[in-house]
Formats: sequence, C-alpha cells, structure tokens
Amino acid sequence: MSLQDSVLQGDRLAVSRLLTQVENDTPAGHAALNQLFVHTGKAHLIGITGAPGTGKSSLVNQIALHYRQAPQPLKVAIVAVDPSSPFTGGAVLGDRVRMRELSGDSGVFIRSMATRGSLGGLAQATAGMSQVLDAAGFDVILIETVGAGQSEVEIAKLAHTVLVVDVPGLGDDVQAIKAGILEIADILVLNKADRPGVEAAERALLGMLKLGHPTKHLVQHHGRLEEVLAPADDAPVDDWLIPIRRTVATEGAGLPELLEVLAAHKAHLQNTGDWQRRERARLHTQLQDLLQQSLMASWRNTVTDAQYTDALDQLVARKLSPRQALQALLP
Amino acid sequence: MADKKIRVLVAKPGLDGHDRGAKVIARALRDSGMEVIYTGLRQTPEMIAEAALQEDVDAVGLSILSGAHLTLVPRITQLIQANGQDNVRIFVGGIIPDEDVPKLKEMGVDGVYGPGSPTHAIIDDIRKLVNKDA
Repeated sequence: MSLQDSVLQGDRLAVSRLLTQVENDTPAGHAALNQLFVHTGKAHLIGITGAPGTGKSSLVNQIALHYRQAPQPLKVAIVAVDPSSPFTGGAVLGDRVRMRELSGDSGVFIRSMATRGSLGGLAQATAGMSQVLDAAGFDVILIETVGAGQSEVEIAKLAHTVLVVDVPGLGDDVQAIKAGILEIADILVLNKADRPGVEAAERALLGMLKLGHPTKHLVQHHGRLEEVLAPADDAPVDDWLIPIRRTVATEGAGLPELLEVLAAHKAHLQNTGDWQRRERARLHTQLQDLLQQSLMASWRNTVTDAQYTDALDQLVARKLSPRQALQALLP
Repeated sequence: MADKKIRVLVAKPGLDGHDRGAKVIARALRDSGMEVIYTGLRQTPEMIAEAALQEDVDAVGLSILSGAHLTLVPRITQLIQANGQDNVRIFVGGIIPDEDVPKLKEMGVDGVYGPGSPTHAIIDDIRKLVNKDA
C-alpha cells in the first residue's frame, strides 16, 4: 500500500512519516500531497498565537481535551511550532511538556516542528503538514505558533479561526504587541485569568477592539433613542464582533465557553461565505510562496556563480546601483 | 530544499524528578543542529513510544537515574518496535552500573552514557548511527 493510501486510512506511522517527508520538502512528499490534496479542506484549522509564556501550549492541551470529551468527540491534530536556532539550525521543541494529558488517546495526534528559518511564526511546511493531517481525517487542527511578537501574523493566512492569547499583568509593554497582533484575532483569550489585573487587561483589550470595529451607538432621532451601527459609511460590515474569553488553562476554567465561541465562529464563517474566502486566500498564499521558490530556483540555473559574484562586486564598488545589478542578472 | 534534520526525542521515564542531565543533553544536541523534542518528567513507556511515533524521530534519548533502567528500557524498546519504528536508535544516560551496560545493549540500546560523558561523544555517536540508517 502506498504511503498516501495508508494516510487516508489513518495509519499513524504513515501519517508521521509523510509529515517528515513534507517537512523535508522531498519529491516523495510532493507526490503524496498531490494525491492527498483532493481529500483536504474538511478540517477546521484553528491557530493559537500570542507572546511567549502566555500559556498557548496549555490552552491547546485544554482545547483538545474538551473536543475529545464532547458528546460527539472530534479527532484533534496539533501542530506545535517552536523556533530554530539562527546559528546552528537546531531546536528544542518543548510544547509536548504541557500536553501530557492527551497521551494515550488515539483520537489525538501531536506533532512538533521547528521554524527552520521562517520568520512569520510558522514554518514553511506548516501548511503542507496541516493538509496531511486534514486528509488523514482529523476534524480539528490546532496550530500553535512560536511565541509571537508584532509581525508573526502568518497564521492569519493559514487558519480559519485565530485565537490570540494575552495574559494580565504584562503591562504597558504589551501594547505594541497588541497593536500588531490584535488585528488578526477572531477570538481573544485572556489566559491566566485568576491573576491580579485581569479586569484592567480586559478593559485594555475591549478599548482596543472598540476602535477597530463598528459598535452600537445610541443616538437621538426624532426625540427617541435609537441604536445604530457606527461608522455607517464603512464598507460591508463584518458582523463578527471579536469576543474576549477568560481562561485558566492549567485548570480548564473557561474552556466550555471558549469552545462555544469557536463553534460560533465556524458557523459564522460558513454562513457568511467567509469560509470559502479564507480558503481561497490561504491557497493563494501557498501558491505565491511556491511560485517564489520555484521561480527563484529556475532563475538561479540561468546565472553562473561568476556572473552573480561579478554583479555583487560591481554593486559593492558602487559601479552599479542595486537595480542596475538586477538588470544585469535578469535574462 | 529543506535539509534533513536529525530529530531526537529526549525523555525521562519513571519517577525520579531530576531532569538536569536531560536538559544538558537537549541543549547540547540543539547546539549541534539537531531538533530535540523534549517531553518533560515522569513519562510512562507508553507515552515515550507514542511521542516517538508521532514525532517520527531518528533517535530516542532516555535519562534514568532511579535504577529502574532494566525494567523501563525493555518496555520502551518493545513498544517502539511494535509501532514499526525499527530504525529508531536508543540511547540511555544516567546512573547505570557497568554490569548492566551489556544487558541494555542486548535489549537494543545503541549507547549508554554515565556521568561525565562528554556531550560531543554522544553527538558523534548519534550522527554516526543515524546516518548509517539513511
């Protein structure tokens, strides 16, 4: 039986081995993904992102547990991304430490991966690997990004639903992070909500949200108070108001409520057609990435090392501008 | 093309609560360019075999200080074999009496490292054995 047939039957060793092939970008991996692609597009891809130490792994653990304990348990795959060292290329992938309660459940599959040089909070192969897990029949795929700062927003292009995790007490320093990463949140999670400062943190998040999306305003109209959506001249009003949910991931508090809004967001995407739009955006991104890699590789074959070095030397000597050097190197 | 990286699971089976050695090894392997999946303390043999399967690792490093190695190690190697991962290399570190080393090797362990083992020797051994498979 071929690797992809075994994957379709849910053979865990086959899934694991194919994930490695895809991660290593091998021809065998490409071939299997080509065959499997038609079987993808069913899973709900949920991204979990936030600053380091906000409890993403513990939260992923609890979300998976609650999906497994639901009246109709869903099969859950987890892809946990941790950074590679920029110096040695090595990595310590430690997200499993928080996920030990999921051990021994054949409806759960956890895979750790290193970024291998990617900067957006995911690795290059994360999209392909989630397609393998999708084809293998997992209903939900939880994708945990590296501890994110401002620009690690790649997850927004991959996931259907993005959870941004914040915690109380990070103080004003975190405002910058919020400004970068808040925009991609579909659901905000205020984790470690048993800590002091949770009220202030929630107020800060709420305040930030109200600047961003239309809120109901009360206006005087013919002597009566009426509710209107403001700003009224905005383009199509996205009626998904980003909810904030408090959780204590180490204890599982707030998780049932979080699962409710996850289900609500999925329903919202499906009802508004956003599911298809995000699907299209995701595949568009993947296609562009592949185009870039492949055009770059085929261009590289048209230029000798000597030509390239020569152009670089002239550039350094200020004989060519960067754009002139480009012209010299393009066919 | 992405490089093939050596992936190593570093695990602590059993009940002893000292993971400094495991962390030193994890760090050393990371600095040698390997991808280390670290599982934390108090793992059962079943948890370790399951993690090795899901992570498709090339090698498993077990840190055992409790003296239970002759009980834990065969269970782990059997489970990994039963999962069909017969190419996974097994390394054991910790407090292992000399006379137990041959027994562990009979159980399928590829290398045993006591206190004071230089980390570069462990790294070299892993590289050698994993590449032989490839």
